Amino acid sequence: MDEKNLDIIKDYKYGFSTDIENIKAPKGLNEEVIKFISNIKKEPKWLLDWRLQAYKRLKVLKEPDWQKPKYPKINYQDLYYYSAPKNFNEKPKKLEDLDPKLLETYKKLGIPLDEQKRLNGIAVDAVFDSVSVATTFKDTLTKHGIIFCSISEAVQKHPDLVKKYLGTVIPITDHYFATLNSAVFTDGSFVYIPEGVRCPMELSTYFRINASDTGQFERTLIIADKGSYVSYLEGCTAPMRDENQLHAANVELIALDDAEIKYSTVQNWYPGDKDGKGGIYNFVTKRGLCKGNNSKISWTQVETGSAITWKYPSCILKGDNSIGEFYSIAITNNHQKADTGTKMIHLGKNTKSKIISKGISAGLSDMTYRGLVDISPNAENSNNYTQCDSLLMGNKCGAHTIPYIKNKNLNSNIAHEATTSKISEDQLHYCQQRGLNPEEAVGLIVNGFCKEVLQQLPMEFAVEAQKLVGISLEGSVG
Amino acid sequence: MENKIKIDFDKTFKNYLSNDELGFKKNNLENFIKKGLPGRKLESWKFSDLNQIINKNIGELNFYIDPSKENLIDNALIIKDFDHNKIVFINGKVEELDFSFEDKDKVKILKEFNIRTKIKSKNSLLNLNNAFCKNFYKINISKNYTMNKPLIIYHVSANNISSTTLNSQLNFILEENSSLKIVDIYKDKSEKNFINIFYNFTLEENAILKNFKIDKSQNSNIKYSYNNIDQSKNSVSETFILSNGSKFLKNEINCNLNGQYSSAFINGVFSLDTDKHHEIRSSVNHLVENTKSYQLVKSVLDDKSKSVYQGKIYVSPDAQKTDGYQLSKCILLNKNTEFNAKPELEIYADDVKCSHGSASGSLSENSIFYLRSRGLSYKQAKKLLITGFFLDVIEKITDEQIKNFIKRTMELNQ
Repeated sequence: MDEKNLDIIKDYKYGFSTDIENIKAPKGLNEEVIKFISNIKKEPKWLLDWRLQAYKRLKVLKEPDWQKPKYPKINYQDLYYYSAPKNFNEKPKKLEDLDPKLLETYKKLGIPLDEQKRLNGIAVDAVFDSVSVATTFKDTLTKHGIIFCSISEAVQKHPDLVKKYLGTVIPITDHYFATLNSAVFTDGSFVYIPEGVRCPMELSTYFRINASDTGQFERTLIIADKGSYVSYLEGCTAPMRDENQLHAANVELIALDDAEIKYSTVQNWYPGDKDGKGGIYNFVTKRGLCKGNNSKISWTQVETGSAITWKYPSCILKGDNSIGEFYSIAITNNHQKADTGTKMIHLGKNTKSKIISKGISAGLSDMTYRGLVDISPNAENSNNYTQCDSLLMGNKCGAHTIPYIKNKNLNSNIAHEATTSKISEDQLHYCQQRGLNPEEAVGLIVNGFCKEVLQQLPMEFAVEAQKLVGISLEGSVG
Repeated sequence: MENKIKIDFDKTFKNYLSNDELGFKKNNLENFIKKGLPGRKLESWKFSDLNQIINKNIGELNFYIDPSKENLIDNALIIKDFDHNKIVFINGKVEELDFSFEDKDKVKILKEFNIRTKIKSKNSLLNLNNAFCKNFYKINISKNYTMNKPLIIYHVSANNISSTTLNSQLNFILEENSSLKIVDIYKDKSEKNFINIFYNFTLEENAILKNFKIDKSQNSNIKYSYNNIDQSKNSVSETFILSNGSKFLKNEINCNLNGQYSSAFINGVFSLDTDKHHEIRSSVNHLVENTKSYQLVKSVLDDKSKSVYQGKIYVSPDAQKTDGYQLSKCILLNKNTEFNAKPELEIYADDVKCSHGSASGSLSENSIFYLRSRGLSYKQAKKLLITGFFLDVIEKITDEQIKNFIKRTMELNQ
């Protein structure tokens, strides 16, 4: 590898691709492809019908165009909707059966699938292109009655649960990309925490797009039954390619009475090169339903990757006394664009929500916070607090704040604050005076700016995220 | 509507106008027909669907204005609180222009077609206004001239009115170092009309504009008012909006800060009851360095009323050292009320200080308790708190005379 290539790899260290043989569905989007996917996954008829129904609706839907980041039109007929490592019709029972190349890939990513070598006890479900390749720590989880597997496996083994909850938060009648996902979703994680169980370890899914020309359409479904608790982490990377790849996932969370779900994401898809070539289109629909009373859903996200990020993890606070939280750090550099935020829909009485959003834009990038707080007439005594701060580095980038605030209840309070500024000269001077170089100084100040959100992440992730914050901004100072 | 509007248009203008003017109006009419009344699908009308509101409250609009009809000014409508110059619109037509307190050479009034408002906007209501506005007036304040007395613009609608749509338009030029105070007062005798008003202000260096819009008299009309303000170096604009009497009122302020050290202040008060629905939409565009804007909007809602605040601060890449501030607050007094806000920041420069805040909720129980423990009745305590809430905005008015006048109209004097 010559020096120039080394240099590029340094910028995005997950940019390698694995040379592995794939089985792909025929190119294009049509009923045949959907049947192919359903067939290869041995899905029951109701699921195929559900997919086809979604596809039928998709045909009449129009792609949304109101968002800030514009992108060239995607040719949906020029994509592979299913791609799996060869010989993957049967999921391997043991890790030794896995293709060594796959294990190698995950080792490079720093996600050891080998349980013995793991010290920190996080159960991982790894998704490679369209299929889940391995799930670790199954035994420990089974002891507690926790179901943690790929969604394809769940369809086979726990069809009742899947049928009962799939599409209840994001129905097939939703917006364009969510409906597209419903029609062609390939794999993803399924989590069910039984009544009264506190999940003993962090659950984690690692997504990787490898093959070119593919889109990744995963679907995650997490159900926390009465009185249970789960903390779930999600990480993602992709190889560096010149073309843009589409990632349109759906994530549904359901919290029943007294249950709590904590969902953390560190999104580090390939952001494209310095000139804005290539990168992932990250168009994700994430929605949580606080169905039961006293339930709680908390989203934490660190968004540093993707050419375009366009997502709004939302909470529907239906149960009385339910709580929704959203903590976000979004960093854009070079030509990246992000349009992200949240929706808090208050339906139940005494519901509370909190939004803390920190946006940092540098280089030629563009960042938008877009959020909705909607307190319905029946949501007595509800409360919302929103704070969104933006930091600008350089005068070629943009930062925008577009909150929608709707208060229809007399006894409810909404407070919203937003600021936009740059790193103050005084702070920089102070740090440099004490011996930090300008880059370290900026790193320190930015980490301080993000602290409120970083604190919400589980320990291991927080360290990684903190480093990521530094790396993403490299070269943007001075 | 399409045929009706064309017939009304021909009837009103065909034989009265020059070809040039008729062509211009026709062009605008076509554009309006193509776009229609703004509705929910447009982002700027998201919270107030004008098309629906007009359908529900007025039904089909008609546009015919009897050109021969002279309207008499009812002297009872003219306020006697202080001396002032006046412009009186009756049914959308200028019936009186009186600048008797001013130096005749310093205030020039032009009335010709080619001085029409040149606002860059895709707004279909501007097309409607251009098509049906009777006369285009331009008021020019000369260099270094400060008006002796404020100008009051009366918007009067009589009850014997042929058209259900009233369109009026004014154009103001404030030359270097000049200053102008305008008070807009609505006096409506008509019911169920759509009133559409466009103002265009050009502020040259060091000019000062103060515009106070007072919508106090109770009426069932649907109103839209648009102010476009272009500001040069060191100029100051101050806009105050009292939104109270009409059934529906949307005030839109578009302010372009084109010159360094220019500043814009937009303050507003909503005091609504019954099923009124009012909106303020502001958009302040910081286009050069060292500009400043400040916005404060407060609303108190009772019964089934609804208020909307859409405020936008835009900072272009060249507008370093911008200072932008925006705050909206709302007190909901009844469970059927609704407050919607969309405070928006769109920023492309890094060395700026921009912030916005929005808060809404009920009257604070603690404050009520405090006042009651000092011997006030619940009613008195509530009134005192609301008065204080409003005074916060009213006290920002920089003209004593007009500030006191507004306090009197709002009955805020203790």
